[in-house]
Amino acid sequence: MSNYVINHLKELESEAIFVIREIAAQFENPVLLFSGGKDSILLTHLAKKAFYPAKIPFPLIHIDTGHNFPETIEFRDNLVEKLGVKLIVGSVQEAIDKGRAKEETGADASRNSLQIVSLLDTLEEYKVDAAMGGARRDEEKARAKERFFSHRDEFGQWDPKNQRPELWNLFNGRKNYGEHFRVFPISNWTEMDVWEYIKLENIDLPSLYFSHQRDCVVRDGVILANSEFIKLKEGEKVENMTIRYRTCGDMPITGAVESEADNLDKIIEEIATTRTTERGGRADDKRAETAMEDRKKQGYF
Amino acid sequence: MNYQDIELLRFTTAGSVDDGKSTLIGRLLYDSKSIFQDQLDAVEQSSKSKGFDYVDLSLLTDGLKSEREQGITIDVAYRYFATPKRKFIIADTPGHIQYTRNMVTGASTANLAIILIDARKGMLEQTHRHAFIASLLRIPHAIVCVNKMDLVNYSEEVYDGIVANFKAFSSKLGINDIQFIPISALNGDNVVNRSENMDWYQGSTLMYHLETVHISSDHNLIDCRFPIQSVIRPHTLENQDYRGFAGRIDGGVFKPGDKVKSLPSGFVSTIKTIELNGEQISEAFAPMSVTMTLEDEIDNSRGDMIVRENNVPEIGQDLEVLVTWMSTKPIQARTKVVVKHTTNESIGMVKELKYKIDINTLHRIENIDKVEMNDIARMSIRTAKPMFYDAYKKNRQTGSLIIIDEQTNETIGAGMII
Repeated sequence: MSNYVINHLKELESEAIFVIREIAAQFENPVLLFSGGKDSILLTHLAKKAFYPAKIPFPLIHIDTGHNFPETIEFRDNLVEKLGVKLIVGSVQEAIDKGRAKEETGADASRNSLQIVSLLDTLEEYKVDAAMGGARRDEEKARAKERFFSHRDEFGQWDPKNQRPELWNLFNGRKNYGEHFRVFPISNWTEMDVWEYIKLENIDLPSLYFSHQRDCVVRDGVILANSEFIKLKEGEKVENMTIRYRTCGDMPITGAVESEADNLDKIIEEIATTRTTERGGRADDKRAETAMEDRKKQGYF
Repeated sequence: MNYQDIELLRFTTAGSVDDGKSTLIGRLLYDSKSIFQDQLDAVEQSSKSKGFDYVDLSLLTDGLKSEREQGITIDVAYRYFATPKRKFIIADTPGHIQYTRNMVTGASTANLAIILIDARKGMLEQTHRHAFIASLLRIPHAIVCVNKMDLVNYSEEVYDGIVANFKAFSSKLGINDIQFIPISALNGDNVVNRSENMDWYQGSTLMYHLETVHISSDHNLIDCRFPIQSVIRPHTLENQDYRGFAGRIDGGVFKPGDKVKSLPSGFVSTIKTIELNGEQISEAFAPMSVTMTLEDEIDNSRGDMIVRENNVPEIGQDLEVLVTWMSTKPIQARTKVVVKHTTNESIGMVKELKYKIDINTLHRIENIDKVEMNDIARMSIRTAKPMFYDAYKKNRQTGSLIIIDEQTNETIGAGMII
């Protein structure tokens, strides 16, 4: 390496590790929001690298909607054991049982927006002052304006017009009592960067991301896994399809893609030629043009 | 395509209202095939519902509700695209007068600035401002795009006139590398594909410049600076005595075996290892994040800096700073603030306001009693403890700081050390 240049993946890694270390240094009770998706798995991997040979110095929080893919939960538990890191589970079912959240009804009912209640309750219970997540700016137009250090008021809300300017590598995590931050160390990564890095670093992923056979229902052009959480509408039928997932949310709302890509090279090739965005299959984003922005203002991550 | 081995280029775009900046970004994304079908469908649909006869590519970059309602960009938005040669991050900043703070924010991390000029209007006050900010923030490269050439019949004369005007102005600024390109973002002339309408232009396209501009010497590789973020102490049986200093290199090249000095203690030691995740690194340079161990047990902590024994930064409590004011609340002399510089933080006092710079004429305005939002002013700041810093022109990381309001904790100023 004579010309002192690092490639873009190393530069993104370096930036993310810098941000993760800033979180650990600037906050008293940081946590990592672990969804079980590839982005939060990547984030956990970067956190491990940031503090090695010490263990990750903060717990992982998983908001369990009760509608998760079983593969996600199994993967989560193995990862936590391997890293020797603490796991906190916030339960949406519990929030519903306690009357803190109200289940949506109808065939398109989802627990996606109910996560907000459980998330904010869990953050409050553990007095979390910084919650880091694997959100990326290329995912969605409201996220394109998100800061690395995103300030939330005492009600957990995001005010996009009153964001702190972020200059150079200087991240301002100072806050008043009761306020907290959401921090997004992989803000600058694209879907392609994530997959290339996963390949470069040989990071384990849940089997959902690779091509497999599954019973599915096609609803409004979106391929959904058939499960106990989904009610068939008139005219819908269950078909066995060869699919994989590009993102990993709740079973009833995460759309799959038909795909034969059963290894990382094939996935990367598929993404390079694909013509739809990865959240294109997310029913939660399709509710309105500003669905993500509205949820983020309320405290979604 | 060997995607794993490409460089990252961060650039900022600054333009005035209606000079086609969003269209240009839309064009770069569209012609580099970085737009997905569902994004394009959404844009086509909303162009149609607005009654446009063409697909308005600028809609691709409008982020938030209020912007889509008003049709203007109100905050820095980040966009991403890649070609087989490079990955690009665009900091898309609005051009309105009240948003100088956003332009400064976008410029602070950029390797390159695209400055847009409407061919019909030529140099505007806002163009002066954008060029000045690019030079103030020391963005190493600039590309001036004379846009809307289709609306001036692709006239070489119009283009040459604007280039001459810009050069006359920019000679005062000291931007080292400026390129000029005549384009039409709407029609795609000279953006990604060469224009068939301007055979008088012999230079390359915008995309070619973006892909080939030499950026490897943008970081300081001479003056070794390693601000410590935190100390890694595993407290495990096999690593009982491990003490690693975690941080990101801000300048120079560090190697195991180098003699180094710790600031502020002044203790000298030798680098034992430079590593990340247990992997040994033979040479570390900006902007790498690493963990460093030293031969001697030195009690360093966050905010300290590791440098070479014979090349130390300035050490002091009195800083002369050019500050962009970012808060709606003005500041006066003798105000207490918090100063954040590298990984170091200190209480400080704005001691004296020296002058403001009129960013249209570059003239100094002396005898000022306050500095307001979007002002750029020189001030003296005294910190409660010594800071280890370089001039901004020597190192953009160790020469920059932010000013934080002690009460609200808001970031209120962006400073470049003189």
